[in-house]
Amino acid sequence: MNADFRPALVLRHDAVGVLSAMRGVFARDLRVAFRQRQDLLNPLLFFVMVVTLFPLGVSPEVSFLREAGAGILWVAALLSVLLSLDHLFRHDFDDGTLEQLVLQPQPLFLLVLAKTMAHWVLTGLPLVILTPVLGVMVHLDGNSIGVLCLTLLIGTPVLSLIGSIGAALTLGLRSAGVLLSLLIIPLYIPVLIFGTGTVASAAEGAPVGAYLALMGAFLVLALTLAPFASAAALRISLSNG
Amino acid sequence: MSEPLLQAIDLQCERDERILFRDLSFSILPGTVTRVEGPNGSGKTTLLRMLAGLNDAWSGDLLWFGKPRSAHREEFLRNTLYLGHRAGIKPLLTPLENLQALTAGRRPLPDPVLRQALGGTGLAGFEDVPCRNLSAGQQRRVALARLLIADEPLWLLDEVFTAIDAGGVSAIENLLQQRAAEGGSVVVTTHHDLRLPGMQRIILGGGSD
Repeated sequence: MNADFRPALVLRHDAVGVLSAMRGVFARDLRVAFRQRQDLLNPLLFFVMVVTLFPLGVSPEVSFLREAGAGILWVAALLSVLLSLDHLFRHDFDDGTLEQLVLQPQPLFLLVLAKTMAHWVLTGLPLVILTPVLGVMVHLDGNSIGVLCLTLLIGTPVLSLIGSIGAALTLGLRSAGVLLSLLIIPLYIPVLIFGTGTVASAAEGAPVGAYLALMGAFLVLALTLAPFASAAALRISLSNG
Repeated sequence: MSEPLLQAIDLQCERDERILFRDLSFSILPGTVTRVEGPNGSGKTTLLRMLAGLNDAWSGDLLWFGKPRSAHREEFLRNTLYLGHRAGIKPLLTPLENLQALTAGRRPLPDPVLRQALGGTGLAGFEDVPCRNLSAGQQRRVALARLLIADEPLWLLDEVFTAIDAGGVSAIENLLQQRAAEGGSVVVTTHHDLRLPGMQRIILGGGSD
């Protein structure tokens, strides 16, 4: 080993910009995910299965499905995001990538935000894209499907962001699954209520602007607070590791 | 720069209600290699993680160029390279992609330089093979390639000789010595019988006490 191409020894005062560091984290997560496509398909498959089983298990009546459809889709999306949460930091924790992330000179909460955004692109966004197809299957009308997609588009990033706090907190535990669900589900409930409420209101022909504004507020709140909490939780989990 | 990069004063660390070490004081001067020694469970890795800033469950003072490290965390992180027992290598990515990802947030380098560094650790021809298809020693060498391009003045290396063959071990020894000659500081934990001229030793107790 020789190191002829190393610069002279100086103390560095400049750092790589936050944005390009975030881009690096985001790109790596996407790249790793696309090398392991089965993991990528799991939440999607779960989503599709739950939604298709409801008409078979409960009732294939058009009136029932039209009434319950939005709720079924929202609950299925929520659970499938929940299922994928444990992977958010677990692999990085196991192979030491997370230690290197925490030791990067950029603010940790922004790097965590980049990771969470990658998680959403890989799990939440495909669910939103699939929703119109499943919406037709449960006999939702066009307007409701549009509103449902919009609520999921605003709501699933909130699920990923809130979930990242739980995933970071339970990182040090060997079997984190149940605890993670118990921690996170109560925080998911408001998002679920407003998500389905918006669609129900749209189905009745009422204006949905106020509902959507509230969901937007959830998103802004989660975007600004969750990365700080996740970053702090990650430090604690690593400190015990 | 002859003042110490890092100064530890009366460090004490407790783990699982057991005191690993107490009243531990030392200085890391520029251009030195420091070896942390002690039997299994004596807290070598814990000490290194404390120095790196990963473990916060300790008391005492750590000074970075004479200033409290906690107040200059960003500058400290920018100038410290930590290689842990788990080296941060993603099995699904190739050595080149791993190296790109690991250097992206610190000092991005063009691919030819990264390839050259991988070649320097004996991984020439393996740059584009997914790491899970490489042996444990080869995966370790991917992490070690960082040492060939790292410009951080302080290196903290945990069990750096693990899974490395005899030729690799002497290459790393030479690298550490060369680094010290350049003025860099290295702290290593190892069970390998590392002997370098002018090496400082920190000896941790038997884990009891």
